[in-house]
Amino acid sequence: MSGDVTRADVCAVAVAEVFRGDGERLASAFGAIPTIGARLARATFEPDLMMTDGIAYLRGDVQTVSGDPADDPVVEGWMPFRRVFDLLWNGRRHVVMTATQIDRFGNHNFACIGPHKQPKAQLLGMRGAPGNTISHTTSYWVPNHSTKVFVEEVDVVSGVGYDRARELGSAARFHEIRNVVSNLGVFDFRTDDNRMRLASLHPGVGLDEVVEQTGFELVIPDDVPTTRTPTAEELRIVRDELDPRGARSREVPN
Amino acid sequence: MDKRTTEREAVSELRDGMTIGIGGWGSRRKPMSVVREILRSDLKDLTLVTYGGPDAGLLCRTGKVRRIVYGFVSLDSIPLEPHFRIVRQTGGVEAVELDEGMLQWGLYAATLRLPFLPTRAGLGSDVLEINQKWIKPVHSPYGDQEELVAMPAIELDAAFVHMNRADAKGNGQYLGPDPYFDDLFCGAAKRRFVTCERIVETSDLVKGGPPQTLLLNRSQVDGVIEAPRGAHFTECPPDYGRDEAFQKEYAASAKEEAHWNDFQAKYVDTVDEAEYQKRVAER
Repeated sequence: MSGDVTRADVCAVAVAEVFRGDGERLASAFGAIPTIGARLARATFEPDLMMTDGIAYLRGDVQTVSGDPADDPVVEGWMPFRRVFDLLWNGRRHVVMTATQIDRFGNHNFACIGPHKQPKAQLLGMRGAPGNTISHTTSYWVPNHSTKVFVEEVDVVSGVGYDRARELGSAARFHEIRNVVSNLGVFDFRTDDNRMRLASLHPGVGLDEVVEQTGFELVIPDDVPTTRTPTAEELRIVRDELDPRGARSREVPN
Repeated sequence: MDKRTTEREAVSELRDGMTIGIGGWGSRRKPMSVVREILRSDLKDLTLVTYGGPDAGLLCRTGKVRRIVYGFVSLDSIPLEPHFRIVRQTGGVEAVELDEGMLQWGLYAATLRLPFLPTRAGLGSDVLEINQKWIKPVHSPYGDQEELVAMPAIELDAAFVHMNRADAKGNGQYLGPDPYFDDLFCGAAKRRFVTCERIVETSDLVKGGPPQTLLLNRSQVDGVIEAPRGAHFTECPPDYGRDEAFQKEYAASAKEEAHWNDFQAKYVDTVDEAEYQKRVAER
């Protein structure tokens, strides 16, 4: 592997990996690296993934991130918001949402900071997070791993975590948080009580750094794997086709 | 029946405290000429129901709204609506924040004259805690009697939507990529008003686009208002895109009170839509 692989490249591949095995599902991703990652997965090991153009059409081809005006889209379907809602309640979707706050059970917040009645900072609002998380597979993206994001308790629960899902019983049978990908590592919930576990550290990141930047106790396996680096072909696709202008490096500087 | 009317006549039907729905989505195909007319009025204490964009920012920032029912408020290319943020952060409005799909369900329940529609959306999240006064759970009478959210009907006193074309009878046509939920806003409302880029003869409607683009039939519409560039500064494709430069100016005006006062003097304190459009053209 060439020595000039950036942290952003690793993150893009780590996001691509969350879609492995998903097949014919709508992959929805928000943020530069999640978008690159989803498209990379479709361009390589998950060719059956479905994606929209971000407006209302399903793309039959893999779109470039920058939305080049010369782009000649192949349209394979119509997906206005009402049909997105139908599809997501039906479950054939995997979304990657950005987390402003997330706790050890994967309770997620991007609605507001502070009390909801009069927040310190109004953010996105609930958007689709409650319906997404109770209906289909969700993963999260954190470009700036810190104790402000990985918190003991989120201010408002927009996306449902495993502890709340467990209380709901069978009503939460479609709930799944697959992964959290941050600029430091990959996390999952494959533990006895679905507490967040460190699944891998990105190359060059120390365990101490992750522990220090996380505001709750992570489950840490005895042997912590290293997140895989991109293959030469993946690097070529990311650099030449999906993100020639380097949007990923603006989201995660090296 | 000729249903042609004006923004002024339509808004004159509104009363303080009414619940009004605004169609479109974010900064897309919003009936902004009606929003501007509401800004010119003395109306107050409105409940605003919206997939929010600058309609929410403007109406909340100018004190027209007591309660807002929404899933998000965004300018799309500017993800957070800065004027709405100021109002929320100063406690200036009661926030009934919903999942986007719950809002659709509430409007659809009202359209179908049902008291509620069941959904899983909301279960386990704080949407139910925030809205516990009016959103209740329900148990399925079938199978394992699972718990669901009984999303109550959101009934509107009036709805306003913006179409690309309409005829004078109220048949409304969208020519862009997404109908959003404009038919449901009309379905949920007692009084329904359509602004449009151009009023055309009924026989000309399908010359502009296939019958599938005829989103609203005339039984869903009480008033038709011709409002060229009426969605400005939101997008209204294929007639025009978003006026990004203007939107940036609008967003930037949230930074300082003086800027906001300037913006209002220029673009809110206008005598009518024609003057607004003239001032925009002269920028």
